[in-house]
Amino acid sequence: MLVTRGFKGKRRGGDADRLRLPPGQFLTPEFPVLTAGPTQQTQIDRWTLALQHGGSLLGKWSWEQFEGLPQTEITSDIHCVTKWSKFDTRWRGVTIDDLLRAAGLDAAPTGFLMAHCDGGYTTNLLVADLIGARAMIATHFDDLPLLPSHGGPARLLVPHLYFWKSAKWVRRLAFREEDSPGFWESQGYHLRGDPWREQRYEGDQ
Amino acid sequence: MIDAATAAARWRVATVMAIRNETATVKTISFDVPGWPGHLGGQHVDLRLTAEDGYVAQRSYSIASGAGSGPLVELTVDAVPDGEVSGFLHEELRIGDQIEIRGPIGNYFAWSAAHDYGLLLIAGGSGIVPLMSMLRSRDAAGATQPARLLYSSRSIEQIIYRAELDRLAAQTANFTLTQTLTRDAPSEWTGERGRIDRAMLARWQFTPAGHPDVYVCGPTAFVETIAEHLVAIGHSASNVRTERFGPTGAIRT
Ligand SMILES: Cc1cc2nc3c(=O)[nH]c(=O)nc-3n(C[C@H](O)[C@H](O)[C@H](O)COP(=O)(O)OP(=O)(O)OC[C@H]3O[C@@H](n4cnc5c(N)ncnc54)[C@H](O)[C@@H]3O)c2cc1C
Repeated sequence: MLVTRGFKGKRRGGDADRLRLPPGQFLTPEFPVLTAGPTQQTQIDRWTLALQHGGSLLGKWSWEQFEGLPQTEITSDIHCVTKWSKFDTRWRGVTIDDLLRAAGLDAAPTGFLMAHCDGGYTTNLLVADLIGARAMIATHFDDLPLLPSHGGPARLLVPHLYFWKSAKWVRRLAFREEDSPGFWESQGYHLRGDPWREQRYEGDQ
Repeated sequence: MIDAATAAARWRVATVMAIRNETATVKTISFDVPGWPGHLGGQHVDLRLTAEDGYVAQRSYSIASGAGSGPLVELTVDAVPDGEVSGFLHEELRIGDQIEIRGPIGNYFAWSAAHDYGLLLIAGGSGIVPLMSMLRSRDAAGATQPARLLYSSRSIEQIIYRAELDRLAAQTANFTLTQTLTRDAPSEWTGERGRIDRAMLARWQFTPAGHPDVYVCGPTAFVETIAEHLVAIGHSASNVRTERFGPTGAIRT
């Protein structure tokens, strides 16, 4: 640790808040937008969500069918790799567990998953990070339909990982045996992205 | 890539070599970073500040200096009102001070001479910083494809790198500079006035012809609006690369 001469810090929010922040993060009162490119505008009547395993299709839902699946609320802190964190964000959608059940599966396939999105964005995940009510396809934020700039109509939500893993405009989840980097992961960002271990970049342990 | 990644992820101790004023609220800080692995125009670094009791703050800053492997890395920092890190860098930091830094980070919002397909650059406020790094890199590499910069500032006084931009525009045959002022344009101002819109983009040939690489940087709201305009005038979304510096209001345009 190198002490920075003259640095005291603003220490906004008090000790309790700071204990809730992963290393290197700061609390923001806003909900910033971050995307590699322009916001995608996806029409709901043309939206589908597909679940795949290897080469085979496990399930596919239209918007209407998807809205008929069991709804769950998740309230969680979120952490962006660009350093902001936001506490107690409130989401509604369909958990990955419920999605698997709706596809008729008793258990999730083992291994890895690649999420594919409108605009060509991809991100890779461990299946273990997606099950056990820890992840969902979110369609609502604070009881309102998710805005396109925040990933609407539907985004992946994996709040215990850095937020780039919560892919916006998600359309296809593909289970696979082997891991390979998605979009940011092949641009120098970490394969897993656990904020508590500060896994920001490739090369972080 | 593992070696390069490990090198970029490592925290290094940088020493402040020089500090210069760019505008009343913007400073450029030159750091000597021993072992710096080199960077591309447009990449950024993370800074880590540690207080005596162990309290830590980290922020990202774009690299302002052009691509290269030398140990000198320049950052250009806008003093955000009540900003924790930018405030410290402006008010407290002195020549000879040491600070932890790591990088370069981000291979996506980056330009290299190996992929010189023509450039359209659009900046709002301090969003000019990574684009300036690309222009400096391009100039040093003698790149031949055309480049255009459309740069939006509030007033003349808030234009960052003004003299250097004018010099680049005068000396480089394939670089076109257009500036717009959104608040106070003096009567003798010959550039554009007002916010960037589709007509302004068309007027300065920020069109998809020739499939140039498009880079947009600035505050979030600025980037959102510009990216929308670009897609509306025919750019394919996958050619438009964006970097959002932060929440609205945190950075002035
Ligand atoms: C990839 C990247 C590259 C960047 N490059 C540059 C660059 O080249 N140059 C540059 O100047 N900036 C750059 N930025 C922005 C930079 O990282 C910082 O966000 C910026 O300097 C502000 O940080 P700060 O600590 O000074 O302000 P902060 O302390 O983070 O505050 C920002 C604003 O939010 C307000 N605020 C913060 N927390 C609260 C709260 N709890 N309640 C109320 N208000 C609050 C503050 O008052 C202030 O106005 C970049 C950002 C990214 C992500």
